[in-house]
Amino acid sequence: MALARVFIANRGEIAVRVVRACRALGLECVVGASQIDMDGMAAELADRVICIGPAAATDSYLRPELVVQAALGTGCDAIHPGYGFLAENPRLSGLAAENGIRFVGPPPEVIELAGDKLRAREAALEAGLPVVPGGEVATREEAEAFAAESGYPLLLKAAGGGGGRGIKLAHAPEDLASLFHVAVAEARAAFGDERVYVERYVADARHVEVQVAADDHGNVVHLGERDCSVQRRYQKLIEEAPAPFLSADTRDALTAAGVAFARAIGYRNLGTVEFIVDAAGGEFFFLEMNCRIQVEHPVTEAVTGRDLVAEQLRIADGEPLSFAQDDVTFDGHAIECRLVAEDASRGFAPSPGRLTRFAVPEIDGLRVDTHCRDGALIPPHYDSLMAKLIGHARDRDEAIEIVHEALERLEAEGVETNRGLLAAVLDHPDFVHGRVTTRWLEEAEDGRSPSGQARPEVERPNQSAGLEAPRR
Amino acid sequence: MALSDDDVREVLRLIDESDLDELLIETDGFSLHVLRGAAEATGHRPQATGQTPDTRDSIPDTQSSNGATIDAPMLGTFYRAEAPGASPFVDVGTRVSPDTTVCLIEVMKMMNSIPAGIEGTIVEVCADNAALVEFGQPLFRIEPA
Repeated sequence: MALARVFIANRGEIAVRVVRACRALGLECVVGASQIDMDGMAAELADRVICIGPAAATDSYLRPELVVQAALGTGCDAIHPGYGFLAENPRLSGLAAENGIRFVGPPPEVIELAGDKLRAREAALEAGLPVVPGGEVATREEAEAFAAESGYPLLLKAAGGGGGRGIKLAHAPEDLASLFHVAVAEARAAFGDERVYVERYVADARHVEVQVAADDHGNVVHLGERDCSVQRRYQKLIEEAPAPFLSADTRDALTAAGVAFARAIGYRNLGTVEFIVDAAGGEFFFLEMNCRIQVEHPVTEAVTGRDLVAEQLRIADGEPLSFAQDDVTFDGHAIECRLVAEDASRGFAPSPGRLTRFAVPEIDGLRVDTHCRDGALIPPHYDSLMAKLIGHARDRDEAIEIVHEALERLEAEGVETNRGLLAAVLDHPDFVHGRVTTRWLEEAEDGRSPSGQARPEVERPNQSAGLEAPRR
Repeated sequence: MALSDDDVREVLRLIDESDLDELLIETDGFSLHVLRGAAEATGHRPQATGQTPDTRDSIPDTQSSNGATIDAPMLGTFYRAEAPGASPFVDVGTRVSPDTTVCLIEVMKMMNSIPAGIEGTIVEVCADNAALVEFGQPLFRIEPA
């Protein structure tokens, strides 16, 4: 390998994960930490830590020029951005390249294309992928004309959004009338890009995404798919691989579409092509592409037996993929739960603080990716992810059992967590039987029946808290 | 791979934390010879506080010294002068007021003037010219007026 030293421009569990991948490849690593993360686990495990700025992410983790300066000054020859923060920032990718440093991710023009949701839609269409009916609308009248043709409900989305941000749902003409200008104003304010587009709303949809890998030598492969339908406000809570209850034909078509899209846009490194799959018919549509390692990559690692972060580093080094499509095989089923510091009694508001106790049980088939330990700080400045609990077993039921047991035996004191909610979802017959769509969790929490059908009830303390589990 | 100035400083820090008394590193076109205790033997730069110099004081402990520090307000490359060869903005003994420029910190070719932020006399320059400094790293020790 030509790479010798990797700069890790991230924090929390993913920084720890990248340190481990560097170790596996015999690479040195330098963690660029904010002041508040200087005694974190990643900082401790790395060969070196350097303070890139104060706790506020806007003055540290979100500053491409500080990251590149720090990487240069510490003699690093690659920058791994993790996920979030600058992971999909074309400026970091470009600035690194200008300074002779490998960016562990795609080149800036690819990030820009994928980040522009309208251009990505067009690229998907050109590549022959099904996209949700819709398109750019410059005026309210254009949006209304689309609605008249395709009906309600529909989604108004910001071209500069993505990842669940910048989305509005219109159920009826009066919604559209009031939401259109709000959507444009918000798009301008939040993303600096006032373009919006409309899409037909697929009500009962599953979120299924395809993991792809592409090297500098024209090789593009997929590593199967993941189902991430258990979400709240478009944020994922539980993910699994393979996607349950998906027909073999749909699976093959999805993974082929993921590869086709990555190839069409000249994608490099690891990425994820997201789709929504109509729960009833199995029809699927392209949603967007994420140009980074995903939070939920461990479920794919579990079923494929491959180290995806190490593969990212090899690709960034210019090596060809270490495997061909035919070498990718799938073994068993894996489920990941995201343990976050949130207070269920306060509407799942973040619950930052210092962990007085944190310990995870040892269970066969359980992997835990975390930066938490006794005394670890969950700062209020960043997302509240504490740990990812990944269960891998021969089948889905056993994988569920593993993560369930892990949640029960986990010790976490000092902050509130969502463990009760996670356990309640795993227990729920809708989850067990694969009847979960992306709206399911929010509707179940509201005590509504998502499908409108009678369904088995979880024990509920009251009618308005369908999924509230006993607090621990 | 060539070692940067920063690598050398890191090597020194590791040695400081080890039990080694002497270390010789030789690679292609590069050698580094470190001898512990040599500084004391040859006379360490006297310190204003008159305390025995700690061999680990590359980052001085602000609490044990009477005086304050001017810390790096951002990560970047530390420059003591406006241009190579120019005289430094400040040196040991310079009296500064809060708005006196004490150094530049470069971040991706952007030069940031760093004001003292305090009135007093510089008693120590704690960072090397053209070296990478971290956010919060002490750059100067100062005797407040």
